[in-house]
Amino acid sequence: MLEATATADWHRRLMLGLLLAPALLWLFALIVLPHLDLALLSFREPVAPRVYQPSLAQYRTFFTEPLYWHVFVRTATLSAIATALTLLIAFPVAWTITKLARGRMGALLFVVCLIPFWVSETVRTLGWMILLRESGVLPGLLAHLGLTNGPVELLYHDATILVGLVYTSLLFMVVPLVGSLESLDNSLIEAAYDLGSSGFAILRKIVIPHAAPGITAGCIVVFMLTLGNYLTPTLLGGKNSLWFTEQIYSQFITRFNWEQGAAFGFLLLALSTAMVWLGLKLSGQRFSDVMRRT
Amino acid sequence: MIPSLPRPFWLRASTAAFLVAFLIFLFLPLVVVAVFAFNNANYPAPPWNGFTLDWFLGNESLGRVGLFKDSQLLASIWTSFVVACWVTVLSVVVGTANAFLMERAKFPGKGALSMLMLVPLVIPGVILGISILAFASRVADFASDVFGLELDFLRPGLPLVVLGQFSYIVAIATLTISARLKRFDRTLEDAALNLGATQPAVLRTITLPYLRPALIGSAAIAFLMSFENFNTTLMLVGADSPLTIMMYGRMREGATPVLNAVSLFLMVASALLALTLMRRNDRKDA
Repeated sequence: MLEATATADWHRRLMLGLLLAPALLWLFALIVLPHLDLALLSFREPVAPRVYQPSLAQYRTFFTEPLYWHVFVRTATLSAIATALTLLIAFPVAWTITKLARGRMGALLFVVCLIPFWVSETVRTLGWMILLRESGVLPGLLAHLGLTNGPVELLYHDATILVGLVYTSLLFMVVPLVGSLESLDNSLIEAAYDLGSSGFAILRKIVIPHAAPGITAGCIVVFMLTLGNYLTPTLLGGKNSLWFTEQIYSQFITRFNWEQGAAFGFLLLALSTAMVWLGLKLSGQRFSDVMRRT
Repeated sequence: MIPSLPRPFWLRASTAAFLVAFLIFLFLPLVVVAVFAFNNANYPAPPWNGFTLDWFLGNESLGRVGLFKDSQLLASIWTSFVVACWVTVLSVVVGTANAFLMERAKFPGKGALSMLMLVPLVIPGVILGISILAFASRVADFASDVFGLELDFLRPGLPLVVLGQFSYIVAIATLTISARLKRFDRTLEDAALNLGATQPAVLRTITLPYLRPALIGSAAIAFLMSFENFNTTLMLVGADSPLTIMMYGRMREGATPVLNAVSLFLMVASALLALTLMRRNDRKDA
């Protein structure tokens, strides 16, 4: 009898070990240790070939070199603007899907919204390049209509980068917004209307508080993805893009200055994490709930 | 506002106008890509010079290398396919193990581990890439210095690309599969066990068939995310470029409409994948 329990116990431990092994291997070998290594890398300085000493030089360079600092702030600002624009565009869409469309129309519209995101970001960016470049479709159309004197270059502006970023991010905003607006009971809106609320007051006092979890989840994910985007800013912004991930790439791959690149990586990670944390604090939500929502 | 309340005409009109504009915004880039795959010109730009299939079928002798003769592009599609298969298999297997671990097992530190599993989703892809690159190089250097072993798979190349993509795609697979396993009615397993089935038989005939939709769904998502991944791959890629990296390189140089042709191919492939998945779901609901 005692032996049977012991065997069962041993079996349970073996199963637990077998299930734990891949998870621990994944999280430690691919996430935790590489990031610790990256931290170590960023806090050292080469003094001779293959000789290093601990130092803050990499971070000092970031703060003393105006270019790096400028690109960092610029990336953060444009990402914040892109997030706000995405919310402004996605909200009416999510509202139409959940509240205005009748019957299967809502579901259909939702699927239609998702279609472009089955296609790779490279393809979508190619589309924007064909549309916006000087010899492209829109400049040609504008010139043809006489709105501009000859074709104008619509690529390589900050606005172009924003268009591309908003486009790429829409899905990640629409999905959580639809999720949170679906559960909003229409009778609450009707009641507020009957009691004399204006449309704006209903939006501010009923709709937005109810949708807050979805709004936060969407904004966090969109901001994070935008900040870490590489493809869209470099292709649509060209040499003027000055995106921070590009700095990381050039330090790591082009200049082979891994110490500096690691420091830049950590600064980007810090900003991204701070924003996620701030978003959660402001809306009083838990990390795990937000991630499951998206 | 909502349909049951009176909406002034201007509000309805502007909602409709907004929706139309939104749909144009959404589909215009894709339509343009598809249309210019068939334009009889050397650059994907207006004006329209008539219909051609050169960018699919053309070869050197025509002066236009079409998709099916462009060995570089075809090789990169194959590379992406192989990488995506590895990532899919690894993610679904490890994701399933993780789901059982989180839903069934009890052990100290479980809460912390479940938080840690979500962390890869909030790390920008570029940083996942550089951290894995740096760590793998350190391990490879160590093995080479101390043991004289050359661990080539830890140098930039496809094995590292697979590991880099896997590191966050498995987190998504874990969430999808766990969500379904959580809703499973465990009395079904108990009933089978009481009727004399062995543990492996229960797993094979009851639990895994129940998980099937989640397994297929997460496999499709993993495959697609791997195929489309750019940020992490860019940092870890070696001599063999997957498709996204190859396309990016050519787009910077100003490429021929062969890129439109390969894009159209991708769109059709994604559409087929999406349709198959949706039909499966519909059948299940019926």
